Amino acid sequence: MQKSLHIDPEKCTGCLQCEMACSFENYATFAPARSRIKVFDFHHTGRKVPYTCTQCDEAWCLHACPVEAITLDMLTGAKVVNETTCVGCKVCTIACPFGTVNYVQETGKVQKCDLCGGAPACAEACPTGAITYIDANWTGLNKMAAWADKLGNQPAAA
Amino acid sequence: MSWAGKILRINLTAGTVKSEPLNMDWAHQYLGSRGLATKYLVEEMDAKVDPLSPANKIVWATGPLTGTMASTGGRYTVVTKGPLTGAIACSNSGGYWGAELKMAGWDMVIFEGRSAKPVYLFIQDDVAELRDAAHLWGKTVWETEATLKKQLQDPQVRVSSIGGAGENQVLYAAVVNDLHRAAGRSGVGAVMGSKNLKAIAVRGTKGVGNIANPKEFMRVTYEKKKILADNAVTGQGLPTYGTQVLMSVINEIGALPTRNHRDSQFEGAKDIGAEAMATPRKTDGKKPLVTNQACFGCTIACGRVQTVDKGHFSVENKPQYWGASGGLEYEAAWALGAANGVNDLDALQYANLLCNEHGMDPISFGATIGAVMELYDMGVLTKEQLGVDAKFGSAQALAHFAEITAKGEGFGKEIGQGSRRLTAKYGHPDLSMTVKGQEFPAYDSRGIQGMGLAYATSNRGACHLRGYTVASEVLGIPVKTDPLVAEGKPDLVKAFQDATAAFDSSGLCIFTTFAWGLPDLADQLAPACGPEFTLENVALIGERIWNMERDFNNRAGFTSKDDTLPKRLLTEPAKTGPAKGLVSKLPEMLPKYYEVRGWDKEGRLKAETRTRLGL
Repeated sequence: MQKSLHIDPEKCTGCLQCEMACSFENYATFAPARSRIKVFDFHHTGRKVPYTCTQCDEAWCLHACPVEAITLDMLTGAKVVNETTCVGCKVCTIACPFGTVNYVQETGKVQKCDLCGGAPACAEACPTGAITYIDANWTGLNKMAAWADKLGNQPAAA
Repeated sequence: MSWAGKILRINLTAGTVKSEPLNMDWAHQYLGSRGLATKYLVEEMDAKVDPLSPANKIVWATGPLTGTMASTGGRYTVVTKGPLTGAIACSNSGGYWGAELKMAGWDMVIFEGRSAKPVYLFIQDDVAELRDAAHLWGKTVWETEATLKKQLQDPQVRVSSIGGAGENQVLYAAVVNDLHRAAGRSGVGAVMGSKNLKAIAVRGTKGVGNIANPKEFMRVTYEKKKILADNAVTGQGLPTYGTQVLMSVINEIGALPTRNHRDSQFEGAKDIGAEAMATPRKTDGKKPLVTNQACFGCTIACGRVQTVDKGHFSVENKPQYWGASGGLEYEAAWALGAANGVNDLDALQYANLLCNEHGMDPISFGATIGAVMELYDMGVLTKEQLGVDAKFGSAQALAHFAEITAKGEGFGKEIGQGSRRLTAKYGHPDLSMTVKGQEFPAYDSRGIQGMGLAYATSNRGACHLRGYTVASEVLGIPVKTDPLVAEGKPDLVKAFQDATAAFDSSGLCIFTTFAWGLPDLADQLAPACGPEFTLENVALIGERIWNMERDFNNRAGFTSKDDTLPKRLLTEPAKTGPAKGLVSKLPEMLPKYYEVRGWDKEGRLKAETRTRLGL
């Protein structure tokens, strides 16, 4: 069973534990500047929205790469950058419609979310459940349950 | 390790920027942030300097846990000699700025002298430079942040700045970062303004990567975060209701100072607390509270994001205040509300927004308005002088004063001097509800006796954040004590003061102490900084910091006579509630407190105390 990172912005408080966990996992450093997941703070609505790669099936980045440095991890479904192959041409960063693959000047390579090999550090670190790692086929289950509750489980519906 | 190991020293007179290695001996003795910055200050500066002169220094300092995954590890402190009090000023802020400075590779920034013209400091990792701020001078905190992000072409830059209040030397001007987090008290913003320093913009991409024992640190911090999540206050109360959860609690126990401390219960408390913020407005059906918000690394998330009713008189035709922004915390809601008898939640939030926008401490501002309204009630101040009918409870007067104070317009200039100077000028110094010149926060020392002692002995003047015995006396954390008795309070106050100094100096937030004790702090410091940070050592560091601050104040000219409360709290009994008939029992507590502190009768450190603490 594949799993997906599932993001519920309603629950995000903007604490950036996810960004620190991500950079710590990949660089052994607490550095949001190097995180592959970013939290955006929309001040005038009070909304905080975490955003990262959704691991497209037909991934633009993977198809665009001229040296096939981005490959599919069959186990997790993640599109993974192979750093030894990557030449830092940045074509993938242009191809990606979502901006979630980015160049890293310090390494001369690109980086993107690789789902930490199946145990994403961001989801583990999130204190509110805004980021979870759940069954890829059922990311809508909680929303469906909430609507089902409204439809058939309230006193008025009986 | 986990200190960056480097500090920036800026001489504003000479326009120089220098990098220095951090004094690691001091780091081990004073930890970081509050303690370490104060150590630098007391070693380098004469305690008698005029706070607003170039001889004063001002420090922005992070702690060893700032910028780490320890929960709430995002804090920084601004330390200087305060213009409101003449005592040590030390104001702590959250948001994201502190972690950004640490991630740029700096533990602290020390400013000396005074720039001839407005400047700002721009730090990009290892590179720091002073830049012209002529175009920023006169701008609000909000405009300054937006302008710098645009000009530097970096939306991820973090800004710590002053607004009009700091520029105009409002004596309780704040330093504000991330739009609505503030090093709020004691007028640190006025010192920044006196130096012609408008802002510090930081971009830190290096991160914090020198944890002594990373694996153990991650294990321990996860364990400690679980304690916060499982605790009723830090896991449910604070995220859901914020500090505003206290409004009804403190009112019920008869310790909500009302109308300049004339009363200690407010009939309008229910209109301005957590319940009111969660209740849909009659006008537009929307709840004032939009959501909660965390500071950097914080798994509690007590911050409020709030809106003002667009139809409210205060924001009519002012769309800049219609969006969501930093909302009312308990202290601000009290100071802008109960202290003045105002129960109009939207008016409080409008005044709160102006405090954020122009960089002004809402506690001292609101409490000073309380004194103004009392003088107006007595006929000492008139409508002609004030420009408004300033009777207790007037939301219009509150909004008007908030508009003119930061800008230094009209009577606002006098309000900006704080209640001690204002009441003295008009012949009623006893009506200033202050200690050492700083206004009280939201707890009446007649109803919470320990707080009276904590206020009287606080090193930065009246303050709840130097020794929050409310936790014990009201909430039963870590043990319940009777708020109406003096017995046991000297020891309790000392314990809270010392532990708070240690937490403040670590880079973590004091709100964690609703769930954590000193052992939890030591548990996290040891894997980050080294095994020498045992519980005993951390406890001693806290006590050492407290005594160092006290010693500075003594050298600045403070004596035991300044460890007192306004006459009102010592002679006028509370009129209602559980504390009815009581005055503060400070005279009973103070001598015992000096004894447990190891101080002489004049409140000075005894030789053996200095030796024991290594001072």
